[in-house]
Amino acid sequence: MGKAKIKRASTSIDMTAMCDVSFLLLSFFVMTSTAKQPEAFPVDTPASTTKDKLPDSNVGIITIGDKGKVFFGATDRDVRVKTLEKMSSRYGINFSQQDYDQFALMENVGTPMKAIKQVLAMEPSKRLEKGVQNGIPVDSTETLSNELYQWVQTARLAAAELNKEKEGNRDFVDPGPLKIAIKADATEKYPSINAVIETLRNQKQNKFSFITGLRAEDK
Amino acid sequence: MAELNQDSGKGGKGGKVRSKKNGGKVDLTAMVDLAFLLITFFMLTTSLNKPQAMDVAMPDKDKTEKKEEVLTADNRSVTVLLGSDNKVSWYYGQVKAPIEGPTVAGFGADGIRKVLIEKKAYVPRVSGGKDVIVIIRPSDKSTQKDLVDILDEMKIVDVKRYMIAKISPEEIDVLKRDNIYND
Repeated sequence: MGKAKIKRASTSIDMTAMCDVSFLLLSFFVMTSTAKQPEAFPVDTPASTTKDKLPDSNVGIITIGDKGKVFFGATDRDVRVKTLEKMSSRYGINFSQQDYDQFALMENVGTPMKAIKQVLAMEPSKRLEKGVQNGIPVDSTETLSNELYQWVQTARLAAAELNKEKEGNRDFVDPGPLKIAIKADATEKYPSINAVIETLRNQKQNKFSFITGLRAEDK
Repeated sequence: MAELNQDSGKGGKGGKVRSKKNGGKVDLTAMVDLAFLLITFFMLTTSLNKPQAMDVAMPDKDKTEKKEEVLTADNRSVTVLLGSDNKVSWYYGQVKAPIEGPTVAGFGADGIRKVLIEKKAYVPRVSGGKDVIVIIRPSDKSTQKDLVDILDEMKIVDVKRYMIAKISPEEIDVLKRDNIYND
């Protein structure tokens, strides 16, 4: 009968607290993030010290990447549908209700108008494969050959019309005209960006934004 | 009286079938593993940060006038030419007779930023209190990164007047001479 009993230290840890913390972190991530959309080609935007966030509605985004390919998309789905309606009348192409529904779900489009119906008929995952969408034609004119010009103009008109329609609703705050943002890959050479900037200037859209990543000052 | 309470020693059904009783303690290690796995999944597949937007304002485009040049006083204008390889060439004054010759600089605190800060302080002294005007002329061999970097420098140095303009053939020659007009 030993008076001093050696207490065996318990080697099992109570994991309840750890589990609580991890679920807390998990809920944080689940609630504060949005799922990333797959892209046709990677666009690595350059970094800047600008802290102004890109608004997540009422924006038209022109994506430039992969050696000068230009894609265009609008953030709001009703703007997308109305833009396609206007493009349909400008280019004389008829779209079915299914085409409109598919287009409303597409984050951006990167084909010439003559090939757009085929792209809309494809499976969503097939659309983003390499070589399927090679970019919207851009040139220095204001005619139908500069399809980006037409896309941006119809999108701006569509957004303005939709805002006007909603004016009657209570609690409607007019977000203003459609903002245009350019998301260009950091390695894109200036001529492709200049073509887009001149297209915007031709329709008097002199104010636009570049989408950048964040960088701390004092580089 | 027979004890109906849970007895971790004996089985509940008699001698033949014994159901193992854990004693009420659940090991949560597996749960934590699962939770961290889910966290990693969400961290990697969703975008947490919204992209930033840097505002750019271009001057109005006059379609009838051929010459797009805005005349600025020589002693107020610093022109920055964006070349290849993330290098710029800057000069103070006019390209044909610059007050301070075309010099190559890089980006960063000890590159073009130092020049801009110096000019920003210098110009008001020689021009009677007026601010420096920076004219940015990107060449065809510069990249989007160079353009965003120089616009960023405008913001960091707090240059109030700047514009993006078209590069001229003489300025392209300057870049070629300094070997920053490569593919």
